[in-house]
Amino acid sequence: MDVVDRLLGTKKPIESNGHLPNGDGGLITDSTMLSSQRTPWQSVQLARELKRPHSIEVIAGVFDKFEELHGDRGYRDDPAVVGGIAELEGVGPVVVVAQQRGSTTEENIARSFGMPYPEGYRKAIRLYRMAEKFHLPLVTLVDTPGAYPGPEAEERGQAEAIAKAIATMCGLQTPIVAVIIGEGGSGGALALAVGDMVLALQNAIYSVISPEGAAAILWRSATEAEKAANALKLAASDLLRLGIVDGLIPEPAGGAHTDSAATIAAIKTAIVAQVDRLGRVPIADLLSARYERYRHIGTVIEPLPGTLPAPKTEPFWRRIMRGV
Amino acid sequence: MPFGRQRKEFPSHLWTQCPSCGEMLFNKQLARNHNVCTKCEHHFRLGARERIELLIDKGSFTEHDVDLTSGDPLGFTDQKPYPQRVQQSQVKSGEKDAAICGTASIDENQVELAVMDFDFMGGSMGSVVGEKLTRAGERALANRTPLIIVSSSGGARMQEGTLSLMQMAKILGALHRLDEAGLPYIAVQTDPTTGGVLASFASLGDLILAEPNALIGFSGARVTSETIGEKLPKGFQRAEFVLEHGFIDQVVPRAQLRDRIAYFLNAFRPSARDLRWSL
Repeated sequence: MDVVDRLLGTKKPIESNGHLPNGDGGLITDSTMLSSQRTPWQSVQLARELKRPHSIEVIAGVFDKFEELHGDRGYRDDPAVVGGIAELEGVGPVVVVAQQRGSTTEENIARSFGMPYPEGYRKAIRLYRMAEKFHLPLVTLVDTPGAYPGPEAEERGQAEAIAKAIATMCGLQTPIVAVIIGEGGSGGALALAVGDMVLALQNAIYSVISPEGAAAILWRSATEAEKAANALKLAASDLLRLGIVDGLIPEPAGGAHTDSAATIAAIKTAIVAQVDRLGRVPIADLLSARYERYRHIGTVIEPLPGTLPAPKTEPFWRRIMRGV
Repeated sequence: MPFGRQRKEFPSHLWTQCPSCGEMLFNKQLARNHNVCTKCEHHFRLGARERIELLIDKGSFTEHDVDLTSGDPLGFTDQKPYPQRVQQSQVKSGEKDAAICGTASIDENQVELAVMDFDFMGGSMGSVVGEKLTRAGERALANRTPLIIVSSSGGARMQEGTLSLMQMAKILGALHRLDEAGLPYIAVQTDPTTGGVLASFASLGDLILAEPNALIGFSGARVTSETIGEKLPKGFQRAEFVLEHGFIDQVVPRAQLRDRIAYFLNAFRPSARDLRWSL
């Protein structure tokens, strides 16, 4: 992470009054600075709160103007992914790509609960390329339970679409700021969340599998979702500690849905500050910093050569008994 | 009950029944045929070490990053603590984690070869698999050789949480550099290739080959059938289905896999005029 810190100045000393210096848009960059700690399960529920500000509302509040662009130029327009060109105060035009879940049952059905189909990811890829071509910064808003898991999605190559979206973001020659505003559901979220700065709202979650899914597989009971949520470390404060997100955007005390306007204002401040800062880094440096950012995520233990104990293997007779 | 007569005639350490045609196969013969049924060509899973032997020029494999092992970054415990699960898998499989990487030659083409091992926690991708595959990609870039990844995995490893998810971006970052450098990457999908592994490196090869009848799908079949509330058609998420829908290049029987890969490597090899690889 050193390269990223050096280039982007992520690590800033905290001033004597305990606040971050101006310039990083009011971000929380140290999890010990969080005032009220919720349990992971409370975060899961807040992140899925129906009245929580969703992407379209956030886009309307953060940007001065938004022209939506439709379609993947291949199959159809997926309403679970919303994208277009928007005007960001003090920066100018940017490309925005977001996942939209509904605030009502009807909207949720129309937008398949924010679960994109492959064509949704292909629309996103098209807009990423557009951002690159016209040198516009890319801002993404992540809010999805995951990619749509139905058979049509499989037939149209859900996995390929996600993989290509991730790979495109890895090499995209323009600054990317990704904000997880609600639920970050696995690969379906990562397809919009590879960036130079990945931010999360204070009560957002981001996980490799839903707590319900993990409970069904590892505990063999969907009712253990709360235990799974604790174990998966999917709350924003844990993600910050693990280096998966770079900063948290504070929410009102009762959660984002209690004061949407204040939440959206905080998102705007953070996005403006980050897009402005990344815009001043040369593209080549930005790309190598982005590579290094992901290159160093993960924990591996590598013993020095010559210090290893003899490898433990199964005795031969046990292998025979197992019939291998 | 005929007093375990069936078992006496076909003790399981000597015989295996083919789930496809019901033929009883002598284990030694099955192994000699690279775990393919001699009667109906049903492809059983093949271990990672056997797979390497199948693909490479004899004795050309130099393994790298042998001793990378997984930490427990989340302090994860489900019904067992994660470190205990890892240790049990290490003892059972004799491997340190779910991928084996090294430099080898295939028909005298030097390649970086990475093979995933389904026997190790379902071939799941955590930090170690991510690190090993990324290093394999970086070595291929540094030596200007092709990269081959044989996947066999249930997806990302839940016990390392979101860190596992990030491995997808990490590996794809390395593959992107390989792509920009004009180096070939061949993805081989074997039974099963699902979830986060399919939604990253397994789906993006210059060439994507798959073994017959391999399970290849993004979502688990149970989740998918629950989503629509009905049973899935036969052959759904199998290699032939994926081929038909246009997401892989070929379905290659195991017996021909090595020769097919060798052919493509030779086809992609730069001629004397074309110095792309050696620059």
